[in-house]
Amino acid sequence: MEQFIQPINLIAPSLWVPLLPLLGFFLLTFFGKQLKSAGPWIASLLVLGSFLLSVYLFVNLGNKQSLDYDVFTWMHWGEVSLNFGFLIDPLSLIMLLVITGIGFLIHLYSIGYMHHDEGFVRFFSYLNLFIFFMLLLVMGNSYLIMFIGWEGVGLCSYLLIGFWYTNDAYNDAAKKAFIMNRIGDLGFLLGMFFMLFYLGGLDFATVLSNAAEFEKGAPLLVVITLLLFVGAMGKSAQLPLYTWLPDAMAGPTPVSALIHAATMVTAGIYMIVRSNILFSLAPFTLEVVMWVGVATSLFAAIIGIKQNDIKKVLAYSTVSQLGLMFAALGLGAYTSGMFHVVTHAFFKALLFLGAGSVIHAMGGEQDMRRMGGLWKYIKVTAITFLIATLAISGIFPFAGFFSKDEILAAAFHHKIVWVLLSVSSMITAFYMFRLFFLTFFTSFRGTEEEKHHLHESPWTMTLPLAILSLFAIGAGFLGMPAVMHMPHWFNGFLAPVVETSKSILGEAHHVDHNTEIMLMLLATALAVTSIVIAYVFYVSRKTVPEPDTETKGLAKWVAKKFYIDELYNAVFVKPMMVLSDVFHVVIDKLVIDLFVNASAWMVGFTGRTLRLVQTGNTGFYLFIMVFAMMVLLLIQLVQ
Amino acid sequence: MSELVNTSTPQNWYLLLSTLLFSIGVMGVLIRRNAIIILMCIELMLNSVNLLLVSFSAYAGNTDGQVFVFFIMVVAAAEVAVGLALLVSIYRNLGSTDIDVLSKLKG
Repeated sequence: MEQFIQPINLIAPSLWVPLLPLLGFFLLTFFGKQLKSAGPWIASLLVLGSFLLSVYLFVNLGNKQSLDYDVFTWMHWGEVSLNFGFLIDPLSLIMLLVITGIGFLIHLYSIGYMHHDEGFVRFFSYLNLFIFFMLLLVMGNSYLIMFIGWEGVGLCSYLLIGFWYTNDAYNDAAKKAFIMNRIGDLGFLLGMFFMLFYLGGLDFATVLSNAAEFEKGAPLLVVITLLLFVGAMGKSAQLPLYTWLPDAMAGPTPVSALIHAATMVTAGIYMIVRSNILFSLAPFTLEVVMWVGVATSLFAAIIGIKQNDIKKVLAYSTVSQLGLMFAALGLGAYTSGMFHVVTHAFFKALLFLGAGSVIHAMGGEQDMRRMGGLWKYIKVTAITFLIATLAISGIFPFAGFFSKDEILAAAFHHKIVWVLLSVSSMITAFYMFRLFFLTFFTSFRGTEEEKHHLHESPWTMTLPLAILSLFAIGAGFLGMPAVMHMPHWFNGFLAPVVETSKSILGEAHHVDHNTEIMLMLLATALAVTSIVIAYVFYVSRKTVPEPDTETKGLAKWVAKKFYIDELYNAVFVKPMMVLSDVFHVVIDKLVIDLFVNASAWMVGFTGRTLRLVQTGNTGFYLFIMVFAMMVLLLIQLVQ
Repeated sequence: MSELVNTSTPQNWYLLLSTLLFSIGVMGVLIRRNAIIILMCIELMLNSVNLLLVSFSAYAGNTDGQVFVFFIMVVAAAEVAVGLALLVSIYRNLGSTDIDVLSKLKG
């Protein structure tokens, strides 16, 4: 990174990017009552401020220069000092724009969506805190700062999943997310210890330059990267730590859109791209990342087919798409993975917000079996939702097409992976259109009362939908495939970040133009086929998924998510409960209580016994006194 | 000052007398039930020790012990004053100075 010049005048604006949302958090927490309905607007505007500053940084920095500065020295011992500093390079800039941009839109949306909630202000203070930690995560110049953000977003995720804390099931979902993430965080933490001991520090510049001195495949780097990947598995909901994400849908819908789809869950991908040199030097880990990604992508997509809760379908599709991104990273296509992060952020946020708008119209109902025919009632939502669905299905020219195509092209040399990812994309197109048709087509299946209630959402909700749908259409053009003879702006912009990896991994497998066109046509054909199948099933035949009780056989396995939750329950939770019961009965009740009670009993017993000495008879006291003096005298004489 | 004390008397006699007085005091404290008598017996024990101190002081030709005795007597006087005051108070409350009556404080 030495070749970059430090533009000192940009330090102050870059500091304000995370500080503004933090300010918003404090304002809303301490003065929320006084600010009244202005509070949420202030929160939203502060995030908008962050976004504008990010744009300013983006325009002024470009990808030729970067900022890397320490704000203060945090800890210092021996030869190691840990600094609190920020790094703004092309990778951070992309993330900054996505986080603050989508963050602002979702803030705006929430003003409409959460308006009637009594925790309105609290909700915005959490959202602002989340944005702050997320910015810290992507702006930190060391793994330590990243870890602070990493933990912070985990905390906010917990707070927001359990936002309606009077509901026990929601609290359980929040705890589940928190604990699952802890497992991953342990991996991250251990990885950091290894780096601190063997790579001489935690800041990216030191770690990555020291790592570059190791030979490819060094065991130390494999261990470190595997540990980091465990962290990424937890945060980005990969097999086997993914079960928290579908449950996280207990939170308000804007939260699902912002945290559990667009930003926080992509932190794992950001982390791997950030440490791409480490991962490139550990081919074994890349292999693991790839297979975990592929497996997750396929697995979650299959589960998605049989879900009937509109948000659950989207949750599994998020897990599946994240798997796709990890597969791309595992293939060494870091920029393609990042590209999919960006396009996915737009269309998945749009999908969730659209789903929120549907739920809003339905008065809280989330079951697709009770929707249907909503197209004519909520036109704006329906059209934007269609755009997002087309984007995620990978239909030209929507955003998802370009990024997915790039990943599939990168996977082409690895036939099995390519086939599995294509199948997963095909399933994605199917269940997304199943969702779309069930929700918006045929006729309404809810109650009369709900039918009267159906209404389009206020402008604060539809405006973000409209803006996001523009990006869901347009974002793909940031990365045109080579065959179109247009510059791939996105890859070019991120090139400085991954250039070392490029040289380590060697020349990427390039597919020639004919193959690429063939791949695109094939992917589109598969997606269209899926859509047609979905159309036949859910529009022509007007099939409605059967009630839960009537699901049988394999379908039931899928609908029950392959009983993974039950399996985890049986394998991890239950034994833990039994173990804690054993400890409660044996260690706590028998051993610890014995000691505690015995010491109390001893004191009581001694007191009860010794008090009898105090007879109240003065003559007796006198006698004891004289007797004792004589004894003392005798002792004296004997000596 | 040493010639004021008749040192021709063997010191053993002083020791015997002093021991005798002390024993009488101890027996009185142990046997009698009247608090005033007990107090007097304690004074007796105290003064037997004083006697011993004075005699040793005289035979050793050192006046320190004799001076010390005066201090002891002053303190003893103060102590007796407090003790008697307590006894008066006890008598007013209980109508008796028998120590067997004072048995309220017990475990």
